[in-house]
Amino acid sequence: MTAAHQHPELDKDIVRKHDSPMRSYMVLAIGVAALLLGWLFGRQAPGSWLTAYLVGFVYALTLALGGLFFTLLHHACRASWAVSVRRLAEAAGATLPLFLPLFVPIALGYRRIYAWTNPQNANPAMQELLAHKAPYLNGPWFLTRSVIYLLIWAWMGWWFWRRSVGEDDTPDPAVARRLRTISAPALVVFALTINFAAIDWIMSLAPSWFSTMVGVYFFAGIAPAGFALVAVPAVILRRRGVLSGAVTDEHLHDLGKMLFAWIVFWGYIAFSQFMLIWYANIPEETKWYATRLNGTWLDVTVALAFAHFILPFFFLLSRKTKRNGVTLAAAAIWMLLAHLLDVFWLIAPSTPDGAGGPIGLALTVLGFAAIFFGAFALAARRAALVPLGDPRLQESLEFETV
Amino acid sequence: MERSSSPYGLLARFRGPEPLLTAARALRDAGFKNWDTHTPFPVHGMDDAMGLKPSRVPLFVLVLGLGGAAAGMLLQWWVSVRAYPLTISGKPFFSWPAFVPIMFEVGVLGGATGAVLGFLGLSKLPRHHHELFSSAAFEHVTDDGFFVSIEASDPQFDADVTPEMLRRLGAVDVETVMTEEST
Repeated sequence: MTAAHQHPELDKDIVRKHDSPMRSYMVLAIGVAALLLGWLFGRQAPGSWLTAYLVGFVYALTLALGGLFFTLLHHACRASWAVSVRRLAEAAGATLPLFLPLFVPIALGYRRIYAWTNPQNANPAMQELLAHKAPYLNGPWFLTRSVIYLLIWAWMGWWFWRRSVGEDDTPDPAVARRLRTISAPALVVFALTINFAAIDWIMSLAPSWFSTMVGVYFFAGIAPAGFALVAVPAVILRRRGVLSGAVTDEHLHDLGKMLFAWIVFWGYIAFSQFMLIWYANIPEETKWYATRLNGTWLDVTVALAFAHFILPFFFLLSRKTKRNGVTLAAAAIWMLLAHLLDVFWLIAPSTPDGAGGPIGLALTVLGFAAIFFGAFALAARRAALVPLGDPRLQESLEFETV
Repeated sequence: MERSSSPYGLLARFRGPEPLLTAARALRDAGFKNWDTHTPFPVHGMDDAMGLKPSRVPLFVLVLGLGGAAAGMLLQWWVSVRAYPLTISGKPFFSWPAFVPIMFEVGVLGGATGAVLGFLGLSKLPRHHHELFSSAAFEHVTDDGFFVSIEASDPQFDADVTPEMLRRLGAVDVETVMTEEST
Protein backbone atom coordinates (compact mmCIF):
# COMPACT_ATOMS: atom_id res chain seq x y z
CA MET A 1 0.00 0.00 0.00
CA THR A 2 1.29 3.44 -0.85
CA ALA A 3 1.11 6.35 1.54
CA ALA A 4 -1.79 7.95 -0.29
CA HIS A 5 -3.81 4.80 0.02
CA GLN A 6 -3.32 4.21 3.71
CA HIS A 7 -6.32 5.55 5.50
CA PRO A 8 -5.54 6.99 8.90
CA GLU A 9 -6.82 5.19 11.93
CA LEU A 10 -8.90 7.49 14.08
CA ASP A 11 -8.24 6.94 17.76
CA LYS A 12 -11.47 8.04 19.41
CA ASP A 13 -9.84 8.37 22.84
CA ILE A 14 -7.14 10.76 21.65
CA VAL A 15 -9.59 13.21 20.09
CA ARG A 16 -11.69 13.13 23.26
CA LYS A 17 -8.88 13.54 25.75
CA HIS A 18 -7.89 17.12 26.52
CA ASP A 19 -5.05 18.48 28.61
CA SER A 20 -5.78 21.02 31.30
CA PRO A 21 -7.74 24.08 30.10
CA MET A 22 -5.47 26.24 32.27
CA ARG A 23 -3.63 27.75 29.32
CA SER A 24 -6.87 28.64 27.52
CA TYR A 25 -8.08 30.44 30.64
CA MET A 26 -4.73 32.22 30.79
CA VAL A 27 -5.06 33.38 27.17
CA LEU A 28 -8.56 34.56 27.99
CA ALA A 29 -7.26 36.43 31.07
CA ILE A 30 -4.46 38.01 29.02
CA GLY A 31 -7.12 39.16 26.56
CA VAL A 32 -9.24 40.79 29.23
CA ALA A 33 -6.13 42.39 30.78
CA ALA A 34 -4.96 43.75 27.41
CA LEU A 35 -8.41 45.15 26.74
CA LEU A 36 -8.46 46.92 30.12
CA LEU A 37 -4.91 48.15 29.64
CA GLY A 38 -5.90 49.49 26.23
CA TRP A 39 -8.75 51.34 27.88
CA LEU A 40 -6.42 52.85 30.52
CA PHE A 41 -4.17 53.91 27.68
CA GLY A 42 -6.89 55.33 25.51
CA ARG A 43 -9.47 56.78 27.90
CA GLN A 44 -8.02 60.29 27.43
CA ALA A 45 -9.23 60.12 23.82
CA PRO A 46 -12.48 58.12 23.99
CA GLY A 47 -13.22 58.54 20.26
CA SER A 48 -9.95 56.94 19.22
CA TRP A 49 -10.25 54.25 21.85
CA LEU A 50 -13.74 53.35 20.68
CA THR A 51 -12.54 53.20 17.07
CA ALA A 52 -9.79 50.80 18.12
CA TYR A 53 -12.41 48.86 20.11
CA LEU A 54 -14.67 48.62 17.05
CA VAL A 55 -11.71 47.36 14.95
CA GLY A 56 -10.96 44.66 17.53
CA PHE A 57 -14.62 43.79 17.97
CA VAL A 58 -15.34 43.44 14.27
CA TYR A 59 -12.10 41.49 13.78
CA ALA A 60 -12.80 38.90 16.48
CA LEU A 61 -16.48 38.74 15.54
CA THR A 62 -15.73 38.07 11.87
CA LEU A 63 -13.37 35.24 12.85
CA ALA A 64 -16.20 33.61 14.82
CA LEU A 65 -18.61 34.27 11.93
CA GLY A 66 -16.06 32.64 9.61
CA GLY A 67 -16.29 29.51 11.75
CA LEU A 68 -20.08 29.66 11.62
CA PHE A 69 -20.04 30.10 7.85
CA PHE A 70 -17.70 27.12 7.44
CA THR A 71 -20.12 24.99 9.48
CA LEU A 72 -23.26 26.15 7.66
CA LEU A 73 -21.72 25.82 4.21
CA HIS A 74 -20.56 22.25 4.67
CA HIS A 75 -23.82 21.13 6.24
CA ALA A 76 -25.78 22.72 3.42
CA CYS A 77 -23.83 21.05 0.63
CA ARG A 78 -23.46 17.79 2.57
CA ALA A 79 -19.70 17.96 2.15
CA SER A 80 -18.15 14.79 3.47
CA TRP A 81 -14.51 15.89 3.10
CA ALA A 82 -14.88 18.60 5.74
CA VAL A 83 -16.43 16.43 8.46
CA SER A 84 -13.13 15.58 10.16
CA VAL A 85 -12.20 19.28 10.58
CA ARG A 86 -15.71 20.67 11.05
CA ARG A 87 -15.66 20.53 14.85
CA LEU A 88 -12.96 23.23 14.87
CA ALA A 89 -15.25 25.55 12.90
CA GLU A 90 -18.18 24.68 15.14
CA ALA A 91 -16.11 25.55 18.22
CA ALA A 92 -15.21 28.93 16.68
CA GLY A 93 -18.91 29.56 16.01
CA ALA A 94 -19.76 28.57 19.58
CA THR A 95 -17.91 31.68 20.83
CA LEU A 96 -20.51 33.96 19.19
CA PRO A 97 -22.65 34.49 22.37
CA LEU A 98 -19.58 36.20 23.85
CA PHE A 99 -20.01 39.15 21.51
CA LEU A 100 -23.24 40.31 23.14
CA PRO A 101 -21.47 41.52 26.33
CA LEU A 102 -18.50 42.72 24.27
CA PHE A 103 -20.87 44.98 22.33
CA VAL A 104 -21.79 46.98 25.47
CA PRO A 105 -18.98 49.60 25.16
CA ILE A 106 -20.01 50.24 21.54
CA ALA A 107 -23.67 50.56 22.55
CA LEU A 108 -22.68 53.08 25.23
CA GLY A 109 -20.29 55.13 23.12
CA TYR A 110 -21.31 54.76 19.48
CA ARG A 111 -22.23 58.46 19.34
CA ARG A 112 -18.54 59.31 19.50
CA ILE A 113 -17.63 57.53 16.27
CA TYR A 114 -20.80 57.51 14.17
CA ALA A 115 -21.12 61.00 12.68
CA TRP A 116 -24.83 60.55 11.80
CA THR A 117 -25.64 60.63 15.52
CA ASN A 118 -24.69 64.34 15.65
CA PRO A 119 -26.40 65.98 12.64
CA GLN A 120 -26.14 69.39 14.32
CA ASN A 121 -22.36 69.33 13.68
CA ALA A 122 -22.77 68.68 9.96
CA ASN A 123 -23.03 71.21 7.12
CA PRO A 124 -26.56 72.05 5.82
CA ALA A 125 -26.37 69.70 2.83
CA MET A 126 -25.30 66.86 5.08
CA GLN A 127 -28.02 67.74 7.58
CA GLU A 128 -30.63 67.39 4.89
CA LEU A 129 -29.20 64.04 3.86
CA LEU A 130 -29.11 62.79 7.44
CA ALA A 131 -32.71 63.91 8.00
CA HIS A 132 -33.63 61.89 4.94
CA LYS A 133 -31.79 58.81 6.29
CA ALA A 134 -33.01 59.26 9.88
CA PRO A 135 -35.84 56.67 9.67
CA TYR A 136 -33.13 54.03 9.27
CA LEU A 137 -30.08 55.68 10.79
CA ASN A 138 -31.25 56.58 14.28
CA GLY A 139 -29.84 55.51 17.64
CA PRO A 140 -32.55 53.20 19.02
CA TRP A 141 -33.11 51.41 15.72
CA PHE A 142 -29.33 51.06 15.18
CA LEU A 143 -28.90 49.45 18.60
CA THR A 144 -31.97 47.23 18.16
CA ARG A 145 -30.66 45.93 14.84
CA SER A 146 -27.19 45.33 16.28
CA VAL A 147 -28.61 43.28 19.16
CA ILE A 148 -30.83 41.32 16.75
CA TYR A 149 -27.81 40.34 14.61
CA LEU A 150 -25.77 39.37 17.65
CA LEU A 151 -28.65 37.32 19.11
CA ILE A 152 -29.24 35.49 15.84
CA TRP A 153 -25.54 34.68 15.42
CA ALA A 154 -25.20 33.67 19.07
CA TRP A 155 -28.10 31.28 18.71
CA MET A 156 -26.86 29.84 15.38
CA GLY A 157 -23.27 29.39 16.58
CA TRP A 158 -24.34 27.75 19.79
CA TRP A 159 -27.05 25.56 18.25
CA PHE A 160 -24.93 24.11 15.44
CA TRP A 161 -22.12 23.36 17.91
CA ARG A 162 -24.43 21.91 20.58
CA ARG A 163 -26.33 19.63 18.19
CA SER A 164 -23.15 18.29 16.60
CA VAL A 165 -21.54 17.67 20.02
CA GLY A 166 -24.69 15.93 21.24
CA GLU A 167 -24.26 13.46 18.41
CA ASP A 168 -20.79 12.32 19.55
CA ASP A 169 -21.93 9.65 22.00
CA THR A 170 -25.22 8.73 20.40
CA PRO A 171 -24.75 8.73 16.62
CA ASP A 172 -28.05 9.45 14.95
CA PRO A 173 -28.43 10.04 11.20
CA ALA A 174 -31.56 12.08 11.94
CA VAL A 175 -29.42 14.74 13.66
CA ALA A 176 -27.16 15.09 10.61
CA ARG A 177 -30.29 15.44 8.46
CA ARG A 178 -31.75 18.05 10.80
CA LEU A 179 -28.50 20.05 10.79
CA ARG A 180 -28.50 19.94 7.00
CA THR A 181 -32.13 21.02 6.72
CA ILE A 182 -31.69 23.96 9.10
CA SER A 183 -28.37 25.02 7.55
CA ALA A 184 -29.97 26.16 4.27
CA PRO A 185 -32.38 28.74 5.76
CA ALA A 186 -29.65 29.58 8.29
CA LEU A 187 -27.34 30.53 5.40
CA VAL A 188 -30.01 32.91 4.07
CA VAL A 189 -30.39 34.51 7.51
CA PHE A 190 -26.59 34.63 7.82
CA ALA A 191 -26.27 36.41 4.46
CA LEU A 192 -28.93 38.99 5.33
CA THR A 193 -27.63 39.70 8.83
CA ILE A 194 -23.98 40.16 7.83
CA ASN A 195 -25.09 42.36 4.95
CA PHE A 196 -27.06 44.68 7.23
CA ALA A 197 -24.37 44.53 9.92
CA ALA A 198 -21.83 45.72 7.33
CA ILE A 199 -24.16 48.58 6.36
CA ASP A 200 -24.78 49.58 9.99
CA TRP A 201 -21.36 49.16 11.55
CA ILE A 202 -19.04 49.94 8.63
CA MET A 203 -20.83 51.78 5.83
CA SER A 204 -22.66 54.18 8.18
CA LEU A 205 -19.32 55.37 9.61
CA ALA A 206 -19.27 57.57 6.49
CA PRO A 207 -22.99 58.44 6.41
CA SER A 208 -23.01 60.09 2.99
CA TRP A 209 -21.22 57.15 1.38
CA PHE A 210 -23.05 54.20 -0.08
CA SER A 211 -22.03 51.04 -1.87
CA THR A 212 -24.36 48.19 -2.66
CA MET A 213 -21.34 45.89 -2.47
CA VAL A 214 -20.29 46.64 1.07
CA GLY A 215 -22.11 43.59 2.45
CA VAL A 216 -20.47 41.28 -0.07
CA TYR A 217 -17.11 42.87 0.70
CA PHE A 218 -17.66 42.20 4.39
CA PHE A 219 -18.52 38.59 3.58
CA ALA A 220 -15.48 38.27 1.29
CA GLY A 221 -13.35 38.99 4.36
CA ILE A 222 -15.27 36.59 6.62
CA ALA A 223 -15.06 33.55 4.33
CA PRO A 224 -11.24 33.31 3.93
CA ALA A 225 -10.86 34.09 7.65
CA GLY A 226 -13.09 31.11 8.44
CA PHE A 227 -11.05 28.70 6.34
CA ALA A 228 -7.76 30.08 7.67
CA LEU A 229 -9.14 29.72 11.17
CA VAL A 230 -9.81 26.01 10.63
CA ALA A 231 -6.53 25.35 8.80
CA VAL A 232 -4.23 26.66 11.56
CA PRO A 233 -5.45 24.45 14.45
CA ALA A 234 -5.91 21.51 12.05
CA VAL A 235 -2.21 21.66 11.15
CA ILE A 236 -1.03 22.28 14.73
CA LEU A 237 -3.16 19.52 16.27
CA ARG A 238 -2.14 17.13 13.52
CA ARG A 239 1.54 17.76 14.19
CA ARG A 240 0.95 17.21 17.90
CA GLY A 241 -0.59 13.85 17.08
CA VAL A 242 -4.06 14.72 18.34
CA LEU A 243 -5.64 14.93 14.89
CA SER A 244 -3.06 12.83 13.03
CA GLY A 245 -5.74 10.18 12.61
CA ALA A 246 -8.34 12.62 11.34
CA VAL A 247 -6.54 15.15 9.12
CA THR A 248 -4.68 13.93 6.06
CA ASP A 249 -2.75 15.72 3.34
CA GLU A 250 -5.97 15.51 1.34
CA HIS A 251 -7.84 17.60 3.92
CA LEU A 252 -5.05 20.17 3.98
CA HIS A 253 -5.13 20.28 0.19
CA ASP A 254 -8.85 21.01 0.16
CA LEU A 255 -8.59 23.58 2.95
CA GLY A 256 -5.82 25.22 0.91
CA LYS A 257 -7.89 25.15 -2.27
CA MET A 258 -10.88 26.70 -0.53
CA LEU A 259 -8.69 29.31 1.14
CA PHE A 260 -7.16 30.12 -2.24
CA ALA A 261 -10.59 30.39 -3.85
CA TRP A 262 -11.84 32.81 -1.15
CA ILE A 263 -8.68 34.90 -1.49
CA VAL A 264 -9.42 35.24 -5.21
CA PHE A 265 -13.05 36.03 -4.37
CA TRP A 266 -11.92 38.81 -2.03
CA GLY A 267 -9.64 40.22 -4.73
CA TYR A 268 -12.49 40.14 -7.21
CA ILE A 269 -15.00 41.81 -4.86
CA ALA A 270 -12.53 44.39 -3.54
CA PHE A 271 -11.47 45.41 -7.01
CA SER A 272 -15.03 45.40 -8.40
CA GLN A 273 -16.25 47.75 -5.67
CA PHE A 274 -13.29 50.05 -6.22
CA MET A 275 -13.48 50.06 -10.01
CA LEU A 276 -17.23 50.73 -10.22
CA ILE A 277 -16.97 53.68 -7.86
CA TRP A 278 -13.77 54.99 -9.45
CA TYR A 279 -15.21 54.72 -12.96
CA ALA A 280 -18.56 56.39 -12.23
CA ASN A 281 -16.70 59.13 -10.33
CA ILE A 282 -19.69 60.38 -8.31
CA PRO A 283 -18.35 62.62 -5.52
CA GLU A 284 -20.23 61.15 -2.54
CA GLU A 285 -19.08 57.67 -3.58
CA THR A 286 -15.47 58.44 -4.53
CA LYS A 287 -14.90 60.38 -1.32
CA TRP A 288 -14.63 57.13 0.60
CA TYR A 289 -11.88 55.91 -1.71
CA ALA A 290 -10.26 59.33 -2.00
CA THR A 291 -9.60 59.19 1.74
CA ARG A 292 -7.94 55.79 1.32
CA LEU A 293 -5.96 56.65 -1.81
CA ASN A 294 -4.22 59.76 -0.49
CA GLY A 295 -1.47 60.36 2.03
CA THR A 296 -0.52 57.56 4.44
CA TRP A 297 -3.76 55.69 3.79
CA LEU A 298 -2.56 55.03 0.22
CA ASP A 299 0.31 52.99 1.66
CA VAL A 300 -2.14 50.99 3.76
CA THR A 301 -4.37 50.41 0.71
CA VAL A 302 -1.47 49.18 -1.41
CA ALA A 303 -0.22 47.01 1.47
CA LEU A 304 -3.72 45.55 1.80
CA ALA A 305 -3.92 44.69 -1.91
CA PHE A 306 -0.59 42.87 -1.67
CA ALA A 307 -1.19 41.23 1.72
CA HIS A 308 -4.75 40.08 1.14
CA PHE A 309 -4.59 39.12 -2.53
CA ILE A 310 -1.44 39.35 -4.63
CA LEU A 311 1.11 37.64 -2.34
CA PRO A 312 -1.14 34.84 -1.00
CA PHE A 313 -2.47 34.25 -4.53
CA PHE A 314 0.95 33.38 -5.89
CA PHE A 315 2.00 31.62 -2.70
CA LEU A 316 -0.98 29.24 -2.65
CA LEU A 317 -0.98 28.66 -6.41
CA SER A 318 1.20 25.58 -6.10
CA ARG A 319 -0.21 22.20 -5.12
CA LYS A 320 2.80 21.67 -2.85
CA THR A 321 2.20 24.68 -0.59
CA LYS A 322 -1.41 23.60 -0.09
CA ARG A 323 -0.56 20.00 0.84
CA ASN A 324 2.29 20.88 3.20
CA GLY A 325 1.20 21.63 6.77
CA VAL A 326 3.88 24.24 7.46
CA THR A 327 3.28 26.30 4.30
CA LEU A 328 -0.50 26.02 4.58
CA ALA A 329 -0.48 27.12 8.23
CA ALA A 330 1.89 29.99 7.35
CA ALA A 331 -0.48 31.15 4.60
CA ALA A 332 -3.47 30.81 6.93
CA ILE A 333 -1.81 32.82 9.73
CA TRP A 334 -0.83 35.42 7.13
CA MET A 335 -4.46 35.64 6.00
CA LEU A 336 -5.68 36.05 9.59
CA LEU A 337 -3.33 39.05 9.91
CA ALA A 338 -4.27 40.40 6.47
CA HIS A 339 -7.91 40.22 7.55
CA LEU A 340 -7.06 42.38 10.56
CA LEU A 341 -5.50 44.93 8.23
CA ASP A 342 -8.65 44.78 6.09
CA VAL A 343 -10.95 45.48 9.07
CA PHE A 344 -8.68 48.33 10.20
CA TRP A 345 -8.70 49.77 6.66
CA LEU A 346 -12.50 49.60 6.53
CA ILE A 347 -13.09 51.33 9.86
CA ALA A 348 -10.28 53.65 10.93
CA PRO A 349 -10.14 56.09 7.97
CA SER A 350 -13.88 56.83 8.27
CA THR A 351 -14.00 57.72 11.96
CA PRO A 352 -13.65 61.31 13.19
CA ASP A 353 -10.71 60.67 15.55
CA GLY A 354 -8.99 57.70 13.89
CA ALA A 355 -7.81 54.72 15.90
CA GLY A 356 -5.34 56.62 18.07
CA GLY A 357 -1.75 55.65 18.85
CA PRO A 358 -0.28 52.28 17.90
CA ILE A 359 0.08 51.06 21.50
CA GLY A 360 -3.57 51.55 22.45
CA LEU A 361 -4.71 50.03 19.16
CA ALA A 362 -2.34 47.06 19.50
CA LEU A 363 -3.46 46.38 23.09
CA THR A 364 -7.14 46.50 22.17
CA VAL A 365 -6.77 44.30 19.09
CA LEU A 366 -4.54 41.88 21.00
CA GLY A 367 -7.14 41.80 23.76
CA PHE A 368 -9.92 40.86 21.35
CA ALA A 369 -7.78 38.29 19.54
CA ALA A 370 -6.76 36.67 22.84
CA ILE A 371 -10.34 36.63 24.13
CA PHE A 372 -11.55 35.04 20.93
CA PHE A 373 -8.78 32.44 20.67
CA GLY A 374 -9.03 31.64 24.39
CA ALA A 375 -12.78 31.11 24.10
CA PHE A 376 -12.27 29.15 20.86
CA ALA A 377 -9.80 26.82 22.61
CA LEU A 378 -12.13 26.42 25.60
CA ALA A 379 -15.06 25.54 23.34
CA ALA A 380 -12.87 23.05 21.48
CA ARG A 381 -11.91 21.41 24.81
CA ARG A 382 -15.53 20.92 25.79
CA ALA A 383 -16.03 18.04 23.37
CA ALA A 384 -14.25 15.66 21.01
CA LEU A 385 -12.18 17.44 18.36
CA VAL A 386 -13.88 15.45 15.61
CA PRO A 387 -17.65 14.99 15.17
CA LEU A 388 -17.52 11.30 16.10
CA GLY A 389 -21.23 10.71 15.57
CA ASP A 390 -21.45 12.17 12.07
CA PRO A 391 -22.55 9.44 9.64
CA ARG A 392 -20.13 10.78 7.01
CA LEU A 393 -17.04 10.72 9.24
CA GLN A 394 -15.66 7.51 7.74
CA GLU A 395 -16.19 8.94 4.26
CA SER A 396 -14.24 12.02 5.32
CA LEU A 397 -11.34 9.97 6.68
CA GLU A 398 -11.09 8.04 3.42
CA PHE A 399 -11.41 11.14 1.28
CA GLU A 400 -8.94 11.64 -1.55
CA THR A 401 -8.53 14.65 -3.80
CA VAL A 402 -8.45 13.60 -7.44
CA MET B 1 3.11 0.26 -50.93
CA GLU B 2 4.06 -2.58 -48.62
CA ARG B 3 2.75 -3.21 -45.16
CA SER B 4 5.01 -4.53 -42.44
CA SER B 5 3.78 -5.75 -39.11
CA SER B 6 5.63 -5.54 -35.80
CA PRO B 7 4.45 -5.98 -32.21
CA TYR B 8 3.21 -2.71 -30.65
CA GLY B 9 3.10 -4.23 -27.20
CA LEU B 10 1.06 -6.26 -24.77
CA LEU B 11 -2.49 -5.74 -23.58
CA ALA B 12 -3.41 -7.48 -20.34
CA ARG B 13 -6.90 -7.61 -18.88
CA PHE B 14 -7.53 -7.66 -15.13
CA ARG B 15 -10.59 -8.54 -13.14
CA GLY B 16 -11.16 -5.18 -11.47
CA PRO B 17 -9.64 -2.01 -10.03
CA GLU B 18 -7.98 -3.67 -7.03
CA PRO B 19 -5.99 -6.30 -9.02
CA LEU B 20 -5.13 -3.54 -11.48
CA LEU B 21 -3.73 -1.34 -8.70
CA THR B 22 -1.63 -4.25 -7.41
CA ALA B 23 -0.32 -4.95 -10.91
CA ALA B 24 0.41 -1.25 -11.50
CA ARG B 25 2.49 -1.07 -8.32
CA ALA B 26 4.46 -4.16 -9.35
CA LEU B 27 5.11 -2.78 -12.86
CA ARG B 28 6.15 0.57 -11.40
CA ASP B 29 8.56 -1.16 -9.02
CA ALA B 30 9.90 -3.34 -11.85
CA GLY B 31 10.95 -0.12 -13.60
CA PHE B 32 8.64 -0.10 -16.63
CA LYS B 33 8.39 3.28 -18.38
CA ASN B 34 6.26 3.06 -21.55
CA TRP B 35 3.08 1.59 -20.18
CA ASP B 36 -0.38 2.67 -19.19
CA THR B 37 -3.55 1.54 -17.48
CA HIS B 38 -7.03 1.81 -19.01
CA THR B 39 -10.21 1.74 -16.93
CA PRO B 40 -13.90 2.59 -17.43
CA PHE B 41 -13.76 5.09 -14.52
CA PRO B 42 -11.02 6.95 -12.61
CA VAL B 43 -9.45 4.62 -10.03
CA HIS B 44 -8.41 6.37 -6.81
CA GLY B 45 -4.71 6.00 -6.06
CA MET B 46 -3.79 4.96 -9.60
CA ASP B 47 -1.45 7.91 -10.13
CA ASP B 48 0.58 6.82 -7.12
CA ALA B 49 0.38 3.15 -8.00
CA MET B 50 1.77 3.92 -11.46
CA GLY B 51 4.34 6.33 -10.07
CA LEU B 52 3.14 9.10 -12.39
CA LYS B 53 4.83 12.46 -12.03
CA PRO B 54 2.59 15.50 -11.53
CA SER B 55 1.12 16.76 -14.77
CA ARG B 56 2.93 19.54 -16.60
CA VAL B 57 -0.33 21.10 -17.81
CA PRO B 58 -0.40 23.68 -14.93
CA LEU B 59 2.88 25.12 -16.25
CA PHE B 60 1.26 25.84 -19.62
CA VAL B 61 -1.70 27.44 -17.83
CA LEU B 62 0.55 29.63 -15.69
CA VAL B 63 2.78 30.85 -18.51
CA LEU B 64 -0.04 31.46 -21.01
CA GLY B 65 -2.29 32.94 -18.30
CA LEU B 66 0.30 35.48 -17.18
CA GLY B 67 1.32 36.07 -20.79
CA GLY B 68 -2.30 36.67 -21.78
CA ALA B 69 -2.82 39.09 -18.90
CA ALA B 70 0.32 41.01 -19.83
CA ALA B 71 -0.67 41.08 -23.50
CA GLY B 72 -4.17 42.32 -22.59
CA MET B 73 -2.78 45.19 -20.55
CA LEU B 74 -0.15 46.02 -23.19
CA LEU B 75 -2.75 46.12 -25.95
CA GLN B 76 -4.94 48.56 -24.02
CA TRP B 77 -1.96 50.69 -23.10
CA TRP B 78 -0.91 50.84 -26.75
CA VAL B 79 -4.43 51.62 -27.97
CA SER B 80 -5.22 54.26 -25.33
CA VAL B 81 -1.82 55.92 -24.95
CA ARG B 82 -0.02 55.48 -28.27
CA ALA B 83 -2.39 54.79 -31.13
CA TYR B 84 -5.66 56.58 -30.30
CA PRO B 85 -5.30 58.76 -27.19
CA LEU B 86 -8.80 59.99 -26.31
CA THR B 87 -9.83 61.95 -23.25
CA ILE B 88 -12.73 60.12 -21.58
CA SER B 89 -14.46 61.87 -18.65
CA GLY B 90 -11.24 63.61 -17.76
CA LYS B 91 -9.41 60.43 -16.86
CA PRO B 92 -5.73 59.88 -17.68
CA PHE B 93 -4.94 58.04 -20.93
CA PHE B 94 -3.48 55.16 -18.98
CA SER B 95 -6.44 54.51 -16.67
CA TRP B 96 -5.32 51.09 -15.51
CA PRO B 97 -8.31 50.26 -13.26
CA ALA B 98 -10.55 50.34 -16.31
CA PHE B 99 -8.18 47.99 -18.11
CA VAL B 100 -8.09 45.34 -15.40
CA PRO B 101 -11.30 43.49 -16.41
CA ILE B 102 -10.01 43.06 -19.96
CA MET B 103 -6.56 42.12 -18.68
CA PHE B 104 -8.27 39.50 -16.50
CA GLU B 105 -10.37 38.16 -19.38
CA VAL B 106 -7.42 37.88 -21.75
CA GLY B 107 -5.48 36.19 -18.95
CA VAL B 108 -8.30 33.66 -18.50
CA LEU B 109 -8.39 33.12 -22.27
CA GLY B 110 -4.64 32.49 -22.28
CA GLY B 111 -4.84 30.16 -19.28
CA ALA B 112 -7.74 28.18 -20.75
CA THR B 113 -5.99 27.93 -24.11
CA GLY B 114 -2.86 26.76 -22.30
CA ALA B 115 -4.88 24.10 -20.45
CA VAL B 116 -6.52 22.75 -23.61
CA LEU B 117 -3.50 22.91 -25.91
CA GLY B 118 -1.08 21.78 -23.19
CA PHE B 119 -3.28 18.79 -22.43
CA LEU B 120 -3.69 17.89 -26.11
CA GLY B 121 0.02 18.34 -26.80
CA LEU B 122 1.22 16.32 -23.82
CA SER B 123 -1.30 13.56 -24.60
CA LYS B 124 -0.24 13.60 -28.29
CA LEU B 125 -3.83 14.30 -29.33
CA PRO B 126 -5.67 14.53 -31.65
CA ARG B 127 -4.83 11.35 -33.53
CA HIS B 128 -6.83 9.26 -35.93
CA HIS B 129 -5.95 5.86 -34.62
CA HIS B 130 -4.26 4.03 -31.81
CA GLU B 131 -2.75 0.57 -32.01
CA LEU B 132 -4.79 -0.66 -29.05
CA PHE B 133 -8.02 -0.10 -31.00
CA SER B 134 -7.17 -3.14 -33.10
CA SER B 135 -7.87 -5.34 -30.08
CA ALA B 136 -11.49 -6.51 -29.86
CA ALA B 137 -11.18 -7.07 -26.09
CA PHE B 138 -10.14 -3.45 -25.63
CA GLU B 139 -13.70 -2.35 -26.49
CA HIS B 140 -14.62 -3.38 -22.95
CA VAL B 141 -12.55 -0.51 -21.57
CA THR B 142 -15.60 1.75 -21.65
CA ASP B 143 -17.71 -0.89 -19.92
CA ASP B 144 -16.15 -3.48 -17.62
CA GLY B 145 -12.55 -3.95 -18.78
CA PHE B 146 -9.50 -3.06 -16.69
CA PHE B 147 -6.34 -3.12 -18.79
CA VAL B 148 -2.62 -2.66 -18.63
CA SER B 149 -0.76 -1.97 -21.86
CA ILE B 150 3.02 -2.21 -22.12
CA GLU B 151 4.75 -0.98 -25.23
CA ALA B 152 7.39 -3.09 -26.92
CA SER B 153 9.62 -0.01 -26.94
CA ASP B 154 9.97 -0.19 -23.14
CA PRO B 155 13.55 -1.08 -22.16
CA GLN B 156 12.22 -3.61 -19.66
CA PHE B 157 10.01 -5.26 -22.27
CA ASP B 158 10.76 -8.86 -23.11
CA ALA B 159 8.41 -10.69 -25.49
CA ASP B 160 8.96 -13.97 -23.61
CA VAL B 161 9.14 -12.90 -19.96
CA THR B 162 6.70 -9.96 -19.73
CA PRO B 163 3.50 -11.89 -20.64
CA GLU B 164 4.36 -14.42 -17.92
CA MET B 165 4.92 -11.63 -15.45
CA LEU B 166 1.54 -10.09 -16.25
CA ARG B 167 -0.19 -13.43 -15.78
CA ARG B 168 1.56 -13.87 -12.46
CA LEU B 169 0.24 -10.44 -11.44
CA GLY B 170 -3.30 -11.67 -12.03
CA ALA B 171 -4.02 -10.88 -15.67
CA VAL B 172 -6.89 -13.03 -16.95
CA ASP B 173 -5.95 -12.48 -20.55
CA VAL B 174 -2.75 -11.28 -22.24
CA GLU B 175 -2.63 -10.54 -25.93
CA THR B 176 0.00 -9.13 -28.26
CA VAL B 177 -1.11 -6.04 -30.15
CA MET B 178 0.48 -5.54 -33.58
CA THR B 179 1.27 -2.28 -35.24
CA GLU B 180 0.82 -1.76 -38.94
CA GLU B 181 3.00 0.71 -40.72
CA SER B 182 3.03 1.58 -44.37
CA THR B 183 6.59 1.66 -45.61
